[in-house]
Amino acid sequence: MMNRPTKTGIAGTLESNDCQVIVEPTKDEGLIIQIESVVKARFGKQIETAVRDTCEQLNLIGAIVSVNDKGALDFTIKARVETAVKRSL
Amino acid sequence: MKYEPKLPYQYIESYEPRIYQEKKTSRVNHIVKKVESLDELFDRIGLQDGMTISFHHHLRNGDAVMNLILDEIIKRKLKDITVAASSVFPIHTSLAKAIELGVVTQVVSAYMSGAVADVVSEGKCLYPCVMQTHGGRALSIESGKLKIDVAFIAAPALDESGNISGRQGKAACGSLGYAIADAHYASTVVAITDTIEPLFHIDIARECVDVMLQVDSIGDPRGIVSGTTRITKDPVGLAIAKRTIELMDAVGYIKDGLSFQTGAGGISLAVAAQLHLKLRQNNIKGSFASGGITGYLVDMFEEGLFEKLYDVQCFDLSAVASIVKNANHQAISASQYGNPFNPKNMVDQLDVVILGASEIDLNFNVNVTTGFDHRILGGSGGHADTAYGSKFAIIVSKLVSSRISVVVDRVTTITTPGETVDALVTDYGIALHPRHRELIEQLKKTTRLPVVSMKELLDTANELCGVPQTMLPKDKIVALMEYRDLSVIDVIRQSEIPL
Repeated sequence: MMNRPTKTGIAGTLESNDCQVIVEPTKDEGLIIQIESVVKARFGKQIETAVRDTCEQLNLIGAIVSVNDKGALDFTIKARVETAVKRSL
Repeated sequence: MKYEPKLPYQYIESYEPRIYQEKKTSRVNHIVKKVESLDELFDRIGLQDGMTISFHHHLRNGDAVMNLILDEIIKRKLKDITVAASSVFPIHTSLAKAIELGVVTQVVSAYMSGAVADVVSEGKCLYPCVMQTHGGRALSIESGKLKIDVAFIAAPALDESGNISGRQGKAACGSLGYAIADAHYASTVVAITDTIEPLFHIDIARECVDVMLQVDSIGDPRGIVSGTTRITKDPVGLAIAKRTIELMDAVGYIKDGLSFQTGAGGISLAVAAQLHLKLRQNNIKGSFASGGITGYLVDMFEEGLFEKLYDVQCFDLSAVASIVKNANHQAISASQYGNPFNPKNMVDQLDVVILGASEIDLNFNVNVTTGFDHRILGGSGGHADTAYGSKFAIIVSKLVSSRISVVVDRVTTITTPGETVDALVTDYGIALHPRHRELIEQLKKTTRLPVVSMKELLDTANELCGVPQTMLPKDKIVALMEYRDLSVIDVIRQSEIPL
């Protein structure tokens, strides 16, 4: 079963070592991922992979997922994405 | 002629003492000329294109003198000036502007942050800058390698005859340690003050001073407490501090006569606070604490836990208050502090120093000068001096902060060579330099301290964070890393990444 947001879901903070994830519904079925990070130059690919994998595991469609990362580790990013997605459903 | 160290670095076990004569002490009938305006000052000192001028940084981010002088230099359209400043802070925007205009073409300094660090990192300074250590700066001036044409000394107070005190006036900053070499060796010395009154203590004698000028304000003393000088509240940082004291105890340094120094980083200051408790509990009395003095060290000293404070720079206003009233809180010059050839230098008498790092590598080399992106964000200050001189140099840091590991394969820039570093204390364990093989075995057998190898820490960090993308710089060399004996230990190349 695919999951599609019905409202905005937010999780996380803008503290160091954390990230804030905002999931919003879109009109079409696509998945748009936007990443801002203080360590983008060093870990941009890993962050993108962590976010995309989590969204795919949750069968997310029709969503814009915006991540504002302040140096969170992958397990934090995954947990924040999952929570934000669940809050958006 | 620009300032350019050339000798390649190699580890030297001990430096042979050299004495450099202070030239000005014999000027008996010397009279300090009092000028009334910046115009008159500049007419008098005859500053010309290509000259080297110097500044000291005891007012830190509250300093107004460097901007005042550089604005005038820009206005007068001088060219090709070298600025030898003991440190450069974000307040020094006029220096950044002067570099961009080509008015200043080289900076020689032990620390730089803010706009100046940015323009230098971006390759906008015509000649490579030189990043010194505090002790090395004194040596370069005393030995005549770094020739200062005009030294501008921000003087918190002057008396009518031109003697300088750091201990009174509106911007009292205490010790003037970094200005002493400049005062004795610069061709012309200008004292700039906002307070002329009788002095109760002279820090720099009028024999060293040529010209004096009174202005409205030399700066804001509140800027002395800036940036790094606050204790950490992070429980992980505090745990690292406790672990550091346990290590010092296990290695045998917590005993009567202990001499000690900390950097001003949050965890380093937490170590000072923990040491305070430990010395009090065990009724132990240390001999001295040195370096940049903070209120934490003053508290210990006033409680009798250290006999003396040797102060090259007051890091906060309680240190300033203490140096004024306590006879055993003594000002020292940068040369007495860390010049490797000064036979009585303080760092050589240190037992333990606690220092920070932005990177430390598998060879224990430490970087506190640049970020991973090769941008300058600080500098040695006394880091390399104290690591060399002390018997046991401990680096304290969280292993990972905002996904950036302090432990790396190879540091981006070598500030302090691994040969002079003894231990790294992190939240994931303590790594000791491999030359301490016996100590490592002893600590593993007799204590519960989590002793690990640097490689293990690196592996843990990579597991947590992932392996970071390396950042190659451009080819252009923007700064030379000058070790404390004036050899070149590394270079900084232009950063690839724009701000």
